[in-house]
Amino acid sequence: MRRAVLNAASDGAFYGAVAIFVVLTAFPFYWMLITSLKSNPDLYNVANTPFWFNETPTLEHFRYLFEQTLFARWLLNSLIIGLCVVAITLAAAVPAGYSLARMTGRNGEALGIGIFLTYLVPPTLLFLPLSRVVASLGLQNSMWSLVLVYPTFTIPFCTWLLMGFFKAMPVEIEEAAIVDGCSLFGAFVRMVLPLSIPAILTVVIFTFTLTLQEFVYALTFISTSAQKPVTLGVATDLVRGDIFFWGEIMAGALIASIPVAIAYNLFLDRFISGITGGAVK
Amino acid sequence: MVSIAEPVVKPAPRYRFLLDRRDVLGGVLVAPAILYVLLLVGLPFLLAVYYSVSAYTIYDPSWRFVGLSNFRQIVQNPVFQDTLANTFLFTFGSQFLGLVLGKFGALLLLRQFPGRKIVRALIILPWAVPIALATVAWEWMFDSLYSVINWSLISLGVITRSDAPNWLGNPHLAMLCVIVVNAWRFFPFAIVIFLAGMTSIPQDVIDAATVDGAGFWRRNYQIVLPMILPIVAVGLIFGIVFTFTDLSVVFLLTKGGPVNATSVLGFEGFQVGIVSGDVSHGAAISLFMLPVLFFVVIGMLHFIRRREI
Repeated sequence: MRRAVLNAASDGAFYGAVAIFVVLTAFPFYWMLITSLKSNPDLYNVANTPFWFNETPTLEHFRYLFEQTLFARWLLNSLIIGLCVVAITLAAAVPAGYSLARMTGRNGEALGIGIFLTYLVPPTLLFLPLSRVVASLGLQNSMWSLVLVYPTFTIPFCTWLLMGFFKAMPVEIEEAAIVDGCSLFGAFVRMVLPLSIPAILTVVIFTFTLTLQEFVYALTFISTSAQKPVTLGVATDLVRGDIFFWGEIMAGALIASIPVAIAYNLFLDRFISGITGGAVK
Repeated sequence: MVSIAEPVVKPAPRYRFLLDRRDVLGGVLVAPAILYVLLLVGLPFLLAVYYSVSAYTIYDPSWRFVGLSNFRQIVQNPVFQDTLANTFLFTFGSQFLGLVLGKFGALLLLRQFPGRKIVRALIILPWAVPIALATVAWEWMFDSLYSVINWSLISLGVITRSDAPNWLGNPHLAMLCVIVVNAWRFFPFAIVIFLAGMTSIPQDVIDAATVDGAGFWRRNYQIVLPMILPIVAVGLIFGIVFTFTDLSVVFLLTKGGPVNATSVLGFEGFQVGIVSGDVSHGAAISLFMLPVLFFVVIGMLHFIRRREI
């Protein structure tokens, strides 16, 4: 009897702790949701209970966001930037990851680590020279500057991720193809690539989410509203003078957050094994 | 170097023959990635170093070499001294808080319980969602008038409306806010790193230690901790690099204010180099990140190589 009570108490403490963690992490997103659905008189009244609706919920902020601001344009910009960066990243990182995985000796390993370490060179160190490079190419204030610059962190990261994947793929697959008459390159294209679809899909998702999460380069290179990606537009462009359009800002933040959150949860485990580079066997 | 013999020899065009040699093909395949990185990371990096010892500004793009005078001027500037101290406080404060929360959260998620998957999905949110968007949500929660935190504290009777804190307007509170937001963003990452480490330890190792008479603490500190150390170190290194060089949280939450109380290196480099257009001084400020990055890279290499042992 006493044991059962103790168990119940420890279960209660456990679920209580879990609940505290969930509230801590999820509350700002609940806050986005509830703010985006509240009417302005409800939002800007200190006497109201902020956690729930005091007046009828409204979609007014979403309507305003799509009709009176460049939000739809920002979403489109982010989509274009993301797709272009994904294409560039795949073209560079898939062959590189394969090549590094199959290089003999420690050369491949050393080169791979070298490429990965460039992922650690921060944007706040490179943004000054890169902004001059972008300006001299005539790309300042254009979203194409981001298409040019984002692969500097997606290529190293994805090369590393793919290198680990290709290493785990048995080399006998290619050898069998070569015995059957394939060239070395043919074996890569016809045997290795089709078997790598899951890994390539992971890379596509992560490249895309990395481009959505980026803020520093976008802030540095782009000041024209119509060229901004969605993260930058929502965070900096919905403020008129000193007035923050909180309903619209939270609505925009919510819409842009949802796809990234879903993608991350689906591919989280692969991401972790990639980022730790098999530091634990 | 062992060269691998081709199993099939057949007449083929010259380029085809070249592509069939493993070393040549390997070089061709890896070249685009290396070129991209050299041109847009390596070269700009050298450019940044040169800017920092030149008199380059947007208005006067001269390449005149001025030696270390930029660095001398910066170091004597009290704003910069505060910025440097803030950066360390911001980095280690938020990493420490993040690690404590992360370890605790990982212990919770290690246990199987109904709804664990949903809980994990919710806990991962701060790290998954673009930090700029999450930060504006926090900015709204820290609002000077409509802060939900203040509202709750007032209704609980902890404070009255007249002495409600102005979170982002008070220098000390503003620093606390940027640290908390950054720790909030990183601790889910720490959780998944701890979890990845702990679940990778084979159960029989733990069982063997238990049979040999090791208690909870001994198992934790002499078996588990050394085994997960490499993976935790890699995670911590990521956290330190991305916090030490961060710009977004500070930029969106406080703009470095009030009166530079939350200014950090990345933000100061942006203010001087981009906003004011003084590229050379901005580059010099950013380069103060290098020593920390250098130690971090050494640590990274150490732990990546350890997996071979």
